[in-house]
Amino acid sequence: MYSKGDDSFFIVDAHVALWDARKENQRNIHGKQFIDCFYDYHRNLSPESELWTYDEYLYQGGERLMHDLFEVGYVDHAIFQPAHLGEFYNNGFGQTEEASALAAAHPDKLTYNHNFDPRNGERGLDQLRSDAERFGLKGVKLYTAEWHGDSRGYKLDDDWTRRYLEVCREVGIKNIHVHKGPTIRPLDRDAFDVADVDHVATDFTDLNFVVEHCGLPRLEDFCWIATQEPNVHAGLAVAMPFMHTRPKYFGQIIGELLYWVGEDRIQFSSDYALWTPRWLIETFVDFQIPEELSEYPAITLDQKKKILGLNAAKMYDIDVPTELQISDADETETGPRGAENAAEEHLVGA
Amino acid sequence: MATRHEAAFDALGTVIDPELDQPITDLDFVSSLVVDEGGNVVVHLRLPTSFCAPNFAYLMASDAKDVLKQLDWTRKVTVELDDHHDSPIINAGLAADAGYRGTFGHEAEDDLEDLRTIFLRKAHVAAMERCLTGLLRADPTREVSEMGQVLLKELPDDENTGALLRRREVIGLPTTSDSVVMVDHEGNKYAQIDVPLALRRARSTRISIDGNAHFCRGLLRTRYDDPDRTTVDA
Repeated sequence: MYSKGDDSFFIVDAHVALWDARKENQRNIHGKQFIDCFYDYHRNLSPESELWTYDEYLYQGGERLMHDLFEVGYVDHAIFQPAHLGEFYNNGFGQTEEASALAAAHPDKLTYNHNFDPRNGERGLDQLRSDAERFGLKGVKLYTAEWHGDSRGYKLDDDWTRRYLEVCREVGIKNIHVHKGPTIRPLDRDAFDVADVDHVATDFTDLNFVVEHCGLPRLEDFCWIATQEPNVHAGLAVAMPFMHTRPKYFGQIIGELLYWVGEDRIQFSSDYALWTPRWLIETFVDFQIPEELSEYPAITLDQKKKILGLNAAKMYDIDVPTELQISDADETETGPRGAENAAEEHLVGA
Repeated sequence: MATRHEAAFDALGTVIDPELDQPITDLDFVSSLVVDEGGNVVVHLRLPTSFCAPNFAYLMASDAKDVLKQLDWTRKVTVELDDHHDSPIINAGLAADAGYRGTFGHEAEDDLEDLRTIFLRKAHVAAMERCLTGLLRADPTREVSEMGQVLLKELPDDENTGALLRRREVIGLPTTSDSVVMVDHEGNKYAQIDVPLALRRARSTRISIDGNAHFCRGLLRTRYDDPDRTTVDA
């Protein structure tokens, strides 16, 4: 819970990880390249006071995670979204055993989501069933650019992925978190394209699809499909820290999301340990769309409350104290919000 | 007279990062360029992360080799991409002039031309939005719904208009002064009722491209100003 003045915010950090990128866990050069890329994101977008050393960044451990999220980070509940990256790290990148044990020890604070890889075929379907039972899964995290033998990516609308989504349905996994990456087969196509999300969202209307980092670097494609599919949501992983380095750009991202997707389908995350939640939450509560971006309405307090926790709490059935709850906006299920006024709007952009 | 080094650098300036719609020389992706007396050229390219998309990385590197080979004085042209997860694959492919399919083998199906086209169209959309938004800003009394009627000759003679004309030419749209500004990639105009939403959508494309370009520039600096990642102290 974060409070400022008379206002209180229930916080759900919808995308966190407990990773191990230390040298002894790196399988090859790509393990180093991957964590270096994350660390450069961290160095590039963090305020100086929040910077970690490279060694700290390689591995945090459960104790530090609990401290950063719950003791100093205002988080009420956090959701693990582990990336496997078995081709880069001996024991995987996301630490399944440590993270799931932590979640089992603190069920009020942590939810453990796992992952699957549709290229594991029939065997993987059985694995998914047993993982669902073992971890009590409500959600999975899918990294579509995961390397797997000769293959370096898959699509959500591949036949095998659809079979996995059918098993998700069967075992009660409702929330599919999608993270797009740079590789896909064939390489002729844009790997970041989200058209496959559109297809499965249409066919699996009973599942929620949360597109992490709101489709960046293809914000425009994401907004266009999300506005048409009521079960597609925006995750703010990676987008949040732009508040600090580039408030105008962040204002545009949030302004676009509120317009196309709406205030009930946007979820905050720190993307821990890429960043820590404390400064992101403090900054977001104080954030306002810069005045020069007059084409966007101001973000309201209720919108901030929903984004910071209420939306993800609803998706994951997390109990929220009655006094902190807010009802859904009276908005259209599909199509842009306020589009009926579009003709009168002045689209004087940045 | 321009030196050969300058001529080679200028040629590299015509190679565009398709996602960011900016020349690789402006983006600081050319980390070194060496031209010897015999006309042999060696170029090293670098990108903001090891995990920049390999298809775009290959496209830029092979375009770089092509434009240098087209200069009439160049002999052996070597282009290498450094510090990328696919550096070995891409560099071997470039050295052997293996082409896209020869470079990526089973991961390549046809070619990268459709991908290139998608991004040329996006670049056009963003350039069009910049021009029309510029008009609306300059004269707040103008209605958004009128934007579908604006002709090229009504645009001010500035950088945004120049950029739009170049992008129209690239995707085969007319650049004559009586042409309508707001058209899709096939040159179709928008019905008045569709104009506000189409312009709104174009804006999200422009925000995306501009945002990515800024982030990539920042990441490249972060990466190469301190490649050993030791500046942050405990």
